[in-house]
Amino acid sequence: MPNSRIMPAAMTLKQWYFVHKWTSLICTVFLLLLCLTGLPLIFGEEIGHWLGTRVEPPAMAGQLPRTDLDALVADARARRPGDAVLFLSQNDDAPAWFVSMGRTPDATEDSAVFVYDGRTGAFLQDLPLRQGFMHVMFTLHVDLFAGLPGTLFLGGMGVLFVLSVISGVVVYGPFMRKLSFGTVRHDGSRRLIWFDLHNLLGIATVVWALVVGGTGVINTLARPLFTYWQQTELAEMTAPWQGKSLLTVFSSIDRAVVVAETIDSWKETAFVAFPGTPFAGPHHYAVFLRGKTPLTARLIEPVLIDAETGAIAAVRAMPWYVTALSVSQPLHFGDYGGLPLKAVWAVLDIITIVVLASGLYLWWKKRTMVVEQLLVEAEPHALPAGPLPIGEDA
Amino acid sequence: MMSVHLTAHQVWGMPIALGAVSVVGLLAALLGDGVWDVVSWSALSLPIAVILSYVGMPHRQSCCVTHGLSVCSSSSHKRSR
Repeated sequence: MPNSRIMPAAMTLKQWYFVHKWTSLICTVFLLLLCLTGLPLIFGEEIGHWLGTRVEPPAMAGQLPRTDLDALVADARARRPGDAVLFLSQNDDAPAWFVSMGRTPDATEDSAVFVYDGRTGAFLQDLPLRQGFMHVMFTLHVDLFAGLPGTLFLGGMGVLFVLSVISGVVVYGPFMRKLSFGTVRHDGSRRLIWFDLHNLLGIATVVWALVVGGTGVINTLARPLFTYWQQTELAEMTAPWQGKSLLTVFSSIDRAVVVAETIDSWKETAFVAFPGTPFAGPHHYAVFLRGKTPLTARLIEPVLIDAETGAIAAVRAMPWYVTALSVSQPLHFGDYGGLPLKAVWAVLDIITIVVLASGLYLWWKKRTMVVEQLLVEAEPHALPAGPLPIGEDA
Repeated sequence: MMSVHLTAHQVWGMPIALGAVSVVGLLAALLGDGVWDVVSWSALSLPIAVILSYVGMPHRQSCCVTHGLSVCSSSSHKRSR
């Protein structure tokens, strides 16, 4: 008698198998692309240093005070007169500051990004933008070179992937009811070996795959979520200044950052959006603070500084959906535990590629078989069930 | 032909254990630096180690259970490839 605790009714298994087969088939090609482009992205920082596209500030002894940020911005403006300053941001690890410039204050694309040493103010490099191998990998991974529609399409593929993994776990039980864990029947047909490998590699890495897949889907919502934030929270925070004209001369940015950081001594500046950008509105600097510990670094708090008077205009915690986005990013990139974690991430990525490719192979080899035949074939010592396609033996 | 059914614990024990270790590995480095990072990548490499150990393991068990020892050798069990 079949053990009904781990063997759902054959009808339900058929449905779950159908879900697994079809969600997998539709998304597999795109997931393979995401996994392959994702592999170099894991080591983006290291590759950037190796290729020379990223320059590190030189090591200096001691905790030196931050240089005058007004000087950085003035230098950046001098390099690109006519362009607007969009963002000023701080690197997570190295004491480098980035000044992003755009053709107009509401430009969606940077015209230049200048990197400075945060302790001396020395100019380090003009970041190469939108070029090179890593740019191709990144853009393919993020939107297939198709902008927001491309991103949302990949998000849809991510949802199918998550469904594929979940349904795979559901059908794992019945298929493994007679096979001890991890069995790989090396003496079986090629098809059987790959079946065993697909199951072993898949079930062992299922949590990682779900987390990386799920956080990938959340990341595709980044732009829509921030647009929503701008239209709701930011609009409320800047409401008292509605109707005022766009400023042309701004108060000191260095002063703005210092004043913002007085709000909370446990926080530091992550980045600053300049007046005119959608993140700050026409009249303010938006200084985004973040915590200093690994746990609190994901919690950002925007402080609006009046860019005319330099006074604090509004402070408000970020809503839950932005926090969710912030936490999703490290869990997707795998860059939050040093190089060893990145190495493990890469191996798990490769394992996922093998699971995807073997799944495709198994579907191709077994596409004429129904679930009952597949179940019989999965059992130990069983001979392949059902008619085999002419000319193939495995 | 005798067929051996595994219990739910036998089927799901290892996957659940690996899943729990993976959750610990994913969260540890988020919570701190230094030793937390070590916990993270050590835990996440456990599924990899488990996979490698099973891939390398010669398979004879279940065929012995059902056929008896006389046919239990890889050469006589070879299928056409």
